[in-house]
Amino acid sequence: MSGEESASALRAEGVTKAYDGRVIIQDISIHLETGELVCLLGVSGAGKTTLFHTLSGLERPEAGRVLLQGEDITGRPGKISYMLQRDLLLPHKKIPDNVALPLVIRGEKPRAAREKALGYFAQFGLEGTQDKYPAQLSGGMRQRAALLRTFLGSQGVVLLDEPFSALDALTKREIHRWYMGMMDQLQLTTLFITHDIDEAILLSDRIYILSGQPGRISAGLTIQPPRPRDLEFSLCGEFLAYKKQILSLLERQG
Amino acid sequence: MKRSPSITSKLPPLLALAAVLAVWLIASEGGLVPEFMLPSPAQVGAALVSEFPTLLDNAAVTLQEAALGLGIGIAVALVLATLMHRVRALYRACYPLLVVTQTIPTVAIAPLLVLWMGFGMAPKVTLVALTTFFPIAVSLLEGYASTDKAAADLLRSMGASRWQIFRHLEFPTALSYFFSGLRVSVSYAVVGAVISEWLGGFEGLGVYMTRVRKAYAFDRMFAVILFIVAVSLLLMALVTLLRRLAMPWEAYEKIERND
Repeated sequence: MSGEESASALRAEGVTKAYDGRVIIQDISIHLETGELVCLLGVSGAGKTTLFHTLSGLERPEAGRVLLQGEDITGRPGKISYMLQRDLLLPHKKIPDNVALPLVIRGEKPRAAREKALGYFAQFGLEGTQDKYPAQLSGGMRQRAALLRTFLGSQGVVLLDEPFSALDALTKREIHRWYMGMMDQLQLTTLFITHDIDEAILLSDRIYILSGQPGRISAGLTIQPPRPRDLEFSLCGEFLAYKKQILSLLERQG
Repeated sequence: MKRSPSITSKLPPLLALAAVLAVWLIASEGGLVPEFMLPSPAQVGAALVSEFPTLLDNAAVTLQEAALGLGIGIAVALVLATLMHRVRALYRACYPLLVVTQTIPTVAIAPLLVLWMGFGMAPKVTLVALTTFFPIAVSLLEGYASTDKAAADLLRSMGASRWQIFRHLEFPTALSYFFSGLRVSVSYAVVGAVISEWLGGFEGLGVYMTRVRKAYAFDRMFAVILFIVAVSLLLMALVTLLRRLAMPWEAYEKIERND
């Protein structure tokens, strides 16, 4: 069993994190298998971002471990690619340099890193931005540039904190579809935060619900049928059943 | 396409300048002030033309002192501000001292420096360095402190070292603050060099000023003042140009903000 466990792409074991003596998240145990798209759903203030900060290694937990492919990475940043809430493109770098930043940080030559980044520009709909600064791009494009930066920096596992929340409904649907294709193609494992229950059901293989104060994992559910699901799915009875279940779970703890 | 507002925005300062010239003209030509004390604009213009080669020769010396002093001022400011930013204890120790040094009047330390260092270039360069480093150091400190914390988190999550965060985030963020400080410092540099030349020296705009003052040559006094103003303005424009070259992205950010 333990051999199987260590094969998880990402695993958190009993993670507890406190700030100034106040416990924010308590005894969090979750796992992500390779290629999975898992969503973390929860009311505001339940500690979703704290959990992400801890998983990414930005914060060291008071208790518990974080394992990446079985390797202990607790409190060690630079192993998991983390996209924070805002796109955070650096205003003074042109788009290719922004996107290639994680590679440069890791010690690659800027020129080679930029070439590597440019190789994905078409796939990410970033053609024509080679000579542009972030201030010259639309919100959707900036988001895609930030996503590309996250992918380039990743070694398989990606954490996304509300990656699609700034987009309007139509752009969102488009990006959802595009993201699923991209994930399979790049063989990524994703854990993402959202407030949008529909988005969670439509996209995820599994959903974790984080609630309470301090935040704990109060439920985990697997969504059937397997991905990819089309928009029709969001109109069928199963979808609504999931939604009802999640709403009641959130309410019970909320 | 935004031509017209820029013309209307230039109109008030031009009108104000014209008004000052008019008052000057009336005061001097109208005989309100004796001619030897307040020369007319025409006389000053004539002096400016006839003295121009001499002014240029002296300016070469003054600008050399200003440039050297400014160079040292920038270097000291960069090192000191960066160290103070990195080491919290150093910041707390040095910041009050930094402010105190700025309350000492330039004219008060200039004679001391001359006594210590003689009539050569050294006291002038030192004075310029002392007056120019402060605005740059303070601007840089403010710039470093304005770094986006979330962006720093992002870089840390990529595994960036402190040096990498400085190089990719903090320093570029502080760059616009640096240029704002430099703009102030450049005019301080010229004035500082001139003041230190008053107290002794062989060449330079300050030495020239002392000479014409002693000769009661008011037309040449006014000419050299105008000349110094022009040089300072030119240098400030140069800083703006440098800023545009060093920070090309700023142009786009301003467009975005205006829309």
